[in-house]
Amino acid sequence: MRVVPSARPRKLAKVPFVELADGRLQGVVSSGSDIGRVYVSSVEAGTYAFSCSTNNNRPCGGARGGFCNHIRALIGEAVLQYGAERVARYLKVDVPGEQADTQGLTSAMTSTRPAQGDRSAAAQVFSRFLRHLAYLEFTPTTAPVPEMHWFPTTGAVA
Amino acid sequence: MRADLLTDAVEGLDEALAAVDGFDGVLVGGLLRPQPAQAIGLAGLADAVAGSPLAGRVAEAAEKTAAGAADEDHYLALAAARTALLGSVHDALIARGEEAVGRTCAEEPAAEAAGAAGAEPPVNLLVAARGWLCDLARAGWQGIDHELVGGAAPVVTAMLPEPGLRRLATLLDGFAAELAASCPGATQERIPVRRWADLWSRAMMLTLPGADRATAVTEATGRLLPLGVDLHEHATAVQAQVHAVFEPADGGMPRLVRASVSAPKPDTVVGAGLWQLLRPHMSLLAAVSEGRAMELEAMPVTAEGDLIWDDARATLGEPAEPFTTARVALPTAAASPVAPVDRHPARIAVPVLLEGYGVEDEGEAVAFRVAGERLAVDAGRVPAAGPLTADAVASSAACLGLLRWDAGEFLVQPLAVERTVRKKPVAVHAGAWAGGTADKAGVRAEKAATDAVTVLRERAGRLLRK
Repeated sequence: MRVVPSARPRKLAKVPFVELADGRLQGVVSSGSDIGRVYVSSVEAGTYAFSCSTNNNRPCGGARGGFCNHIRALIGEAVLQYGAERVARYLKVDVPGEQADTQGLTSAMTSTRPAQGDRSAAAQVFSRFLRHLAYLEFTPTTAPVPEMHWFPTTGAVA
Repeated sequence: MRADLLTDAVEGLDEALAAVDGFDGVLVGGLLRPQPAQAIGLAGLADAVAGSPLAGRVAEAAEKTAAGAADEDHYLALAAARTALLGSVHDALIARGEEAVGRTCAEEPAAEAAGAAGAEPPVNLLVAARGWLCDLARAGWQGIDHELVGGAAPVVTAMLPEPGLRRLATLLDGFAAELAASCPGATQERIPVRRWADLWSRAMMLTLPGADRATAVTEATGRLLPLGVDLHEHATAVQAQVHAVFEPADGGMPRLVRASVSAPKPDTVVGAGLWQLLRPHMSLLAAVSEGRAMELEAMPVTAEGDLIWDDARATLGEPAEPFTTARVALPTAAASPVAPVDRHPARIAVPVLLEGYGVEDEGEAVAFRVAGERLAVDAGRVPAAGPLTADAVASSAACLGLLRWDAGEFLVQPLAVERTVRKKPVAVHAGAWAGGTADKAGVRAEKAATDAVTVLRERAGRLLRK
């Protein structure tokens, strides 16, 4: 009955936020060297135009000619969270079934030599992340929500 | 239990569902440029409610829609007709289910005068939501794209902080996420036609101010004996619903009641994280995990049997084993009537105790053979963060569950099972970890969930500081 399976659990330390939205795979990636720094990374669906910059809006040194490690990590975590098939469909990547994994997806995109996208997306991704976090702050309610019967949990037993 | 009643045909069911399916097919292609085939589906819906007070408005709406000249009120009338039809299906099925388990339903209370409680919700947001839903209907499921689906986000963002709009906001959020995952519509292989029409028409109804207002609220004082927990979630919301038997202190008739707690959530909060989010807001979840009753003092309860939980009006009571409750108290408890807007087969969840069945384990699917009748087990609805496994269900001797109905048949959703281990019954509860757990795997799940939320907040802090 459910169409979208719930997100699969994953560790959030490296990539605290990933989503398929605004026609992009986008998210927030922690810096490997500096605990105070995060990168805002994205890949556009269809063109695979990529972008990566820090929270201070400085371009990522690794993302000049191609996908940097942040973008690669972002793809990996997206595959963990959504499954390779859904990520591939969203980004319009054509990968044969047996190659539908992080590596297959990444190489299919890099082989097209995608261009660097403009960095204006970073601000939007940032605001999407804040919107996402705001979901932690809404007050729970004890009034019944009958509509949730359409969204049963899809637990371990299957 | 009269299991034969669950597998017998229900009179008129196929005809009602055929009219529903006819209309649902119309939404696949969309209403912007209606085709002759779609006019048939629209007319079928109008015919099906021709004997009801809706007749005139729906006939007009079907006609205008088929001509491509419909406005939002016409779409609303169509949604209402579909809701009414499925309401009748609900009523027939629930009568069957309750007859099968031998339960009575409490008298229908006299219709309350409108305006029970609650402030008027901001109408502009309801209008915005309806506008988006009507755009969806025009585009059809095959016509959806990211831009159209994304139109729900600002409406949902504005609605979520308003407690009075939580139901519609939660529904739209889950619906839009599902549509977004299926974009673009033109390349979809399988469209969940009835499901999306359900969500669409339900959301349309909730855009009517006051449609989701709770019915008359009274106060409940007495003992609450939990049966089990039913967990619901989509990417950005979760709800736990505790089914229980309420025994009034004044010696009145025991009632079947539910206590719910729900919250919006980030999509990465899953598993045990769901319990962590809800736990602080309903002490009943801890009572469920400890296997105890609760004493209620003037707890608000709706005519539908929904407790509006308030921790200040409940205290932890004596130990109460749910299977004992199910054997002793459940048969004496009466169900409550369902509010008209909530009558829908998907909402059917009748507490039931099954014993003395055979288990038919067909690999993927498990079914119980009850008094010669096959009753499929809906094991997918069991929460991930809990001890109840498919194996436990397949090797069970007794099952406490919810009778549900989906895709043409009754199913049972296990809330708990009893297995015989060394000649003694051992109970396993799906919601056992709701209030916390000492179970090894449970503790690990709890820690992973705590870490996830900690990381989210810490990383957000880094971004926000700049």
